[in-house]
Amino acid sequence: MKTIILKTASSYLLPVLLLFSVFILLRGHYLPGGGFVGGLIASIAFVLHAFSNGLSNTKTLLKFHPGFLMPLGLGLAFISGMAPLLFDLPFMTGLWYPDSFPVLGSIGSALFFDIGVYLVVIGVTLTIIFTIADTI
Amino acid sequence: MLTAILLGFIFSVFLVFTGKIFRGKPAILAAIIPLSLFVYFSSFINRVASGEVIHESFEWVPSFGVNLGFTLDGLSLLFALMITGIGFLVFVYTSSYLKGHEYLDRFYGYLSMFMAAMLGLVMSDNLISLFIFWELTSISSFFLIGFNNSNAASRRSAITALAITGLGGLSLLAGALILGSVGSTYSIAELISSRDEIVANPNYVLIAIFFFGAAFTKSAQFPFHFWLPGAMKAPTPVSTYLHSATMVKAGVYLLMRFTPVLGSTEFWNSTLIIVGAITMVYAAVHTLFRRDLKGILAYSTISALGILVFLIGQGTEGTLLAAALFIAVHALYKATLFLVTGIIDHQTYSRDVTILRGLRKVMLPVAIAGFLAAISSAGIPPTLGFLGKELTYESTIAVIGIPLLWIILIVVTKILLLYAGFVAGITPFMGALPEKFSETKMPSFLLWVPPLLLAVGGLVFGIFPGLIEPVIKPVVTAMGENAGDAHLQLWHGFNTVLWLSIITIITGTVLFFVLKPSERLGLKAERVEFLSPQSIMERLWRMFYLTSSGWTNFFQNGYLRNYISTIMVFMIGLTGYSLYNTATFSLDLSTLSLITGYEMAIVGMMFFAVLYTVFTKSRLAAVASMGVVGLAICLLFVFYSAPDLAMTQFSIDTLTVILFVLVLYRLPRYLQLSDYKTRIKDGVLALSFGSIITILILEVLATPVDSEISRYYADNSYVLAHGKNVVNVILVDFRGSDTFMEISVLAIAAIGVFALLKLRLKETDQR
Repeated sequence: MKTIILKTASSYLLPVLLLFSVFILLRGHYLPGGGFVGGLIASIAFVLHAFSNGLSNTKTLLKFHPGFLMPLGLGLAFISGMAPLLFDLPFMTGLWYPDSFPVLGSIGSALFFDIGVYLVVIGVTLTIIFTIADTI
Repeated sequence: MLTAILLGFIFSVFLVFTGKIFRGKPAILAAIIPLSLFVYFSSFINRVASGEVIHESFEWVPSFGVNLGFTLDGLSLLFALMITGIGFLVFVYTSSYLKGHEYLDRFYGYLSMFMAAMLGLVMSDNLISLFIFWELTSISSFFLIGFNNSNAASRRSAITALAITGLGGLSLLAGALILGSVGSTYSIAELISSRDEIVANPNYVLIAIFFFGAAFTKSAQFPFHFWLPGAMKAPTPVSTYLHSATMVKAGVYLLMRFTPVLGSTEFWNSTLIIVGAITMVYAAVHTLFRRDLKGILAYSTISALGILVFLIGQGTEGTLLAAALFIAVHALYKATLFLVTGIIDHQTYSRDVTILRGLRKVMLPVAIAGFLAAISSAGIPPTLGFLGKELTYESTIAVIGIPLLWIILIVVTKILLLYAGFVAGITPFMGALPEKFSETKMPSFLLWVPPLLLAVGGLVFGIFPGLIEPVIKPVVTAMGENAGDAHLQLWHGFNTVLWLSIITIITGTVLFFVLKPSERLGLKAERVEFLSPQSIMERLWRMFYLTSSGWTNFFQNGYLRNYISTIMVFMIGLTGYSLYNTATFSLDLSTLSLITGYEMAIVGMMFFAVLYTVFTKSRLAAVASMGVVGLAICLLFVFYSAPDLAMTQFSIDTLTVILFVLVLYRLPRYLQLSDYKTRIKDGVLALSFGSIITILILEVLATPVDSEISRYYADNSYVLAHGKNVVNVILVDFRGSDTFMEISVLAIAAIGVFALLKLRLKETDQR
């Protein structure tokens, strides 16, 4: 499937889709979206790139194995759940910064949890798809 | 206290990162941990001896009444001192015994994990946390027994031990849950106060049986004893620590701990007496037929555990005191004997008592330790063993209405144990040194100091029993009896007990000189081996394997299509049956909302896509039209205002199609493999499955939904979680723990896929 059009398009599409996925991730708290969908969209961006440019090119683009995103994301989600313990609140209580930020809205531990979900989803989908594509 | 208990766990996790340091010389540093714990627990001796009971409680899962509650009373203090004290010596010993071993750090990790689990077990005040620590000891001992994991026999005995003690663990869980519901608390201290209700409850016998199941499997009582000799495949420090001093006594501990709650009934006492008596005599007789030093020690340990159960079964103040003292006595001499055996094994590469001779000439301190332990085990004055034996005899005789048979049995057991102790502790050092061992070297002081310390301890405590009294007497208090003004002393005067002692010592010594362990005796024992619980268990084991492999071959036959049909048939049967019983089939057309044109269009699209999937001759087309079905569902989500779902579904569908294409890309060309009949069968199956699911969904829709919950989320999502998107707020905030579990499961699945495909590839590469 190495057509010129797709190849050219995908190299422009990758950053755009990634940006879009971050956008989806961040708006999740107020509008449809969130870490799960955002993660899926980001994975689609990479898979599309892999389709048009070959798996090895995408891998060199990524620099590291996507599997490492899984512990990273799980760790982030876990830490955001543990953070309230520092303030003597039960595990996974939402912590919120009192003022709201422009563009992002309120920032709290839930956002970091969502980012964790986002990273895990990218890690999981890419690991599965890359492994299968590699070995079959 | 919590830190003290969990220190072992913390250290074993810490070893994962810094393990390499502990493989070389600094291995001995690991012993600092048990030593400091020992000092810490020693500081409580005076407070506990004056009758104080130290409680500490941490909330864990308060909604289920499960807390990390810890109690330090006489009973747990005795065990804690044993665990940390002997633990310290074993840690030191190991640093030399397994010197330079590739996995020494791992060994320390398991060992300290075990130590922490054991400490948690003896100090838990909560039934559930007690169960958890109990299982942790089983699991860590599994790792320790199977430490030489390249050896098949080692693995097998580890699995046997885990199976037996794991079974007991389940029994403990069942008992704990019933006991908790009968006494309406999981706290042991509170259960004691409602003892009368518990004993009167119709479930009392059941509870007692479950607790017996746990205690007898852990403490190797007949007929569950056979895992213990098998577990001797473990490195000697493990045998010392787990199989003589600590873990096997956990069952005894359990019985002692629950004596005030469940004890003093006819059922409790007579079961314990009978099982204990059978075990002590059976195992003691078995020691005669062993030649392997560790085998002898294993059986004599089982016998000693039998004596303990027997004593607890009598349940008087005197016998409980005797049991408490005997625990300490046994820990001291048996740990010594095991450590001595380990040294002999380490230096001569042999544990066969028929060829070991004259080793005192090359390792005198070890011989002294062995000798002291042997006389303590024999109960010869002035050792602590003598005190233990006297107290055992005295208290047994003092029990009102005890049949003569029990007294004879315990004397016979003691005689045989004396013999076993002499064979293990003295025989290898007596006589002339054979040519074969003349090259044997003196072991490192790290090896011989720990057993010598323990052995000397047995002697010192025997001469000055006042030293150990403050530890022993509160044990009886903890079991709800009054130790009163009983004093441990060497000299009791001329009485029946003394005569029994003299008989024991003389008969045993004569037996030692007359009966030499030999191959002939061992062969005789093997003839009746087929009747032993172990071989019966092994036969059952084989049957279990046959049944399970037959079952597996039938269901797990490697064809994905068969798996799916099995699952579907089962599901149709089960759901269909329950729907048939409960569902009311009625369809009221008037309540249906109007179907709009675009909905019709989508459903039509789905319909044709499904038909195309079924009948197409190309895989790629089938996958693509499946994708169409998925996207059509997404559109429905959009129409019914669930944009979140739709977005997720869109992305998932895209990825699924990509995944299918990737897999199918490399498959051979499409072939028609199934015949006409199979296809009809599959069709019927698919249609009935579809209709069952449809009916199920309609049923779900007909059930009124509790709108309270959704209203709560809608009202509170902005107030409590600052979010306007309720779906996302539920995912990341209200039900964040669920999400966390889900992403963990996803990660595990991905690792699974990775491991399956990559590792398989590596294997084929090797070939």
